[in-house]
Amino acid sequence: MTMWRQDYRSWGRTVSANHVVDRPENRDNATRALSESEFPVLAYGCGRSYGDVALNPGGRLIDCRSLDRFLAFNRATGVLTCEAGVRLADILAVICRPEADGSGWFLPVTPGTRFVTVGGAIANDVHGKNHHRFGTFGRHVLALELARSDGSRLVCSPEQNPDLFAATIGGLGLTGLILSATLQLRRVEGLAVEAEDIQFSSLSDFFDLAEASDRDWEYTAAWVDCLASGAHLGRGIYSRARHYPGKGVEPPGRNSRLSIPITSPIPATNSLSVRAFNALYWRKLGLNGQTSRIGSYEPVFYPLDAIGEWNRLYGPKGFYQFQCVVPHEQAREAVADMLRLIAQSGEGSMLVVLKTFGDLPSPGLLSFPRPGVTLALDFPERGTTTRKLLRLLEEVAVAAYGRLYPAKDSLMTPDAFRQGYPSFEQFQPMMDPRFSSAFAQRIGLIKGEAQL
Amino acid sequence: MTMQVSKPMRVAIFGATSGIATAVARRYAESGARLVLVARDQASLTAAAADLEVRGAAEVEVQEADFARTADIPATVAAAWTRFDGLDLAVVAYGTLPDQQEMEAESAKAEQALVLNFLSPALLCGELAHRFEARKSGTLAVISSVAGDRGRKSNYVYGAAKGGLQRYLEGLRHRLFAAGVQVLDIRPGFVSTKMTAHLSQKGPLWASPDQVAADIVGAIQKRKEVLYTPWFWRWVMMGVRNAPGPLFHRTSL
Repeated sequence: MTMWRQDYRSWGRTVSANHVVDRPENRDNATRALSESEFPVLAYGCGRSYGDVALNPGGRLIDCRSLDRFLAFNRATGVLTCEAGVRLADILAVICRPEADGSGWFLPVTPGTRFVTVGGAIANDVHGKNHHRFGTFGRHVLALELARSDGSRLVCSPEQNPDLFAATIGGLGLTGLILSATLQLRRVEGLAVEAEDIQFSSLSDFFDLAEASDRDWEYTAAWVDCLASGAHLGRGIYSRARHYPGKGVEPPGRNSRLSIPITSPIPATNSLSVRAFNALYWRKLGLNGQTSRIGSYEPVFYPLDAIGEWNRLYGPKGFYQFQCVVPHEQAREAVADMLRLIAQSGEGSMLVVLKTFGDLPSPGLLSFPRPGVTLALDFPERGTTTRKLLRLLEEVAVAAYGRLYPAKDSLMTPDAFRQGYPSFEQFQPMMDPRFSSAFAQRIGLIKGEAQL
Repeated sequence: MTMQVSKPMRVAIFGATSGIATAVARRYAESGARLVLVARDQASLTAAAADLEVRGAAEVEVQEADFARTADIPATVAAAWTRFDGLDLAVVAYGTLPDQQEMEAESAKAEQALVLNFLSPALLCGELAHRFEARKSGTLAVISSVAGDRGRKSNYVYGAAKGGLQRYLEGLRHRLFAAGVQVLDIRPGFVSTKMTAHLSQKGPLWASPDQVAADIVGAIQKRKEVLYTPWFWRWVMMGVRNAPGPLFHRTSL
């Protein structure tokens, strides 16, 4: 009997879908589950993608969270091999422990949550606050083991099966099932970080700060008060950090300390609370407008991980994320336009993040990061008005030769995808014919109703 | 007084590839223990050993055994005991969750379940008991189940085996008290593992293997005798045990 279930959701919780779910205990069983499946398949990890890249309505999900074994770690070289369901939180807890002098091995790249799997980090080719120095996660993948639905298991690396390797990094899980990966960790002289927060009062101040900071600070990003308009448009708080030599810190916990136990029946993020949050957050640095501290990287990299399942605060309808990148030449104008549209719409967002990407090329055919400026926002789902705003933002991004981030997307149009990711034509032949996702169908990557 | 560097703990896990056992083994590996893993499948054992070594285990030995073959149990225990010249902790974690209706229809199926969930672990604990007793130290931690607390129509064969195991452990605890050996009876409720993968795992009663493992390690440190994990099962089972017959017989538990 086939059991259909609705409890596999995406982080934004805007979509509910029926899936058949397998949770293989080891790589052999996972490989077998692919070739024996009567439905189209897709890998599922921690469910932290916001939109629909990890959903496969009417199909099978392979829940990879039991593929959680470390396979080998070389303390001298920092080369780690692990199964795809190992989470970044586990790598931090097990491997990234301080040595006597405070130094240690560290994740070369980490996104804003440590509760993601290695497989998911590769499939979305995630980035972090140090993109301008270290590029994307995929740049630090030395090799990966990929299971295909024909029963084969292939090692992919820049030397072996390089085309499939380039398609699988950032390949949204559509080229096969990532079983394990070999990562090059990074040596830091201190696991602790020195972090600064600086108020800025306009968008052009942001660009000045970014230019000045990217040279000496390896982690940078800014929060923007999206309700400020006019002379205050683009004001916010710039955060920058770097490792602090000689000081070690214990890794953060493997799970959140607190958790939101139930979905809030009405969104806790209404226009009043967003207004209050933005007003208060803008003033959090006090009169000086600047703070500095040395300590754990946890509050700097993972502020939201402190509260488990915080997505439930957005209520039963869920929320949308929007993240785009626009090239440097168009950035000042395009970002200002987008912030103006948001301020006018009244659809407030709490978590508006602005960051500059560096020039390091992304290794994946469909990798999102490219040189430029990236803007990320979230909006509670309020129906047509929210979607209309997101469509307008997409138009601005596309007109500025930018593109949207599939891992966060729920509404991108096939046109925006095609223009943003011209390599999709090289990507399509590398896809595994028995793999599918809601995103791939919506965007037309898979030949179906919504063809390209 | 000079500072003494404590020796790594010696831990054997019987049924080492089960969901709960894996989570327990990882916790001891991270504290630098030496581990003997005993289970049926060599490939799974090898994979588990590599994982535990990366996690910090001082040493990992693996040993194949089919616990259904009760005649092999003395040799299995003897081999595990001598790997590191004695043990500080033995965790007995194997078992099956068979289908009650199949066992009602087929005695052979019921027999297999009774062997693997009662007879085999009881004999294995007996073999371990006199070794711990002779050393006058150590901990024997055995996974039974809340299902052993009362016979219920939905799974009384499994429940009887686990209930029998609980009585056996109670007796061992009585016997080994004088030698200072801890006997811990671990009674988990619903845990999301491969053993329960065929069940719908919805609702607040389900726990992760890692939560249960944390409770187990805590109970071993505190030298507890009986552990319900998660904690609320103590009260749930108290209700189930004390439900009066006329009421109980109308339930479908």
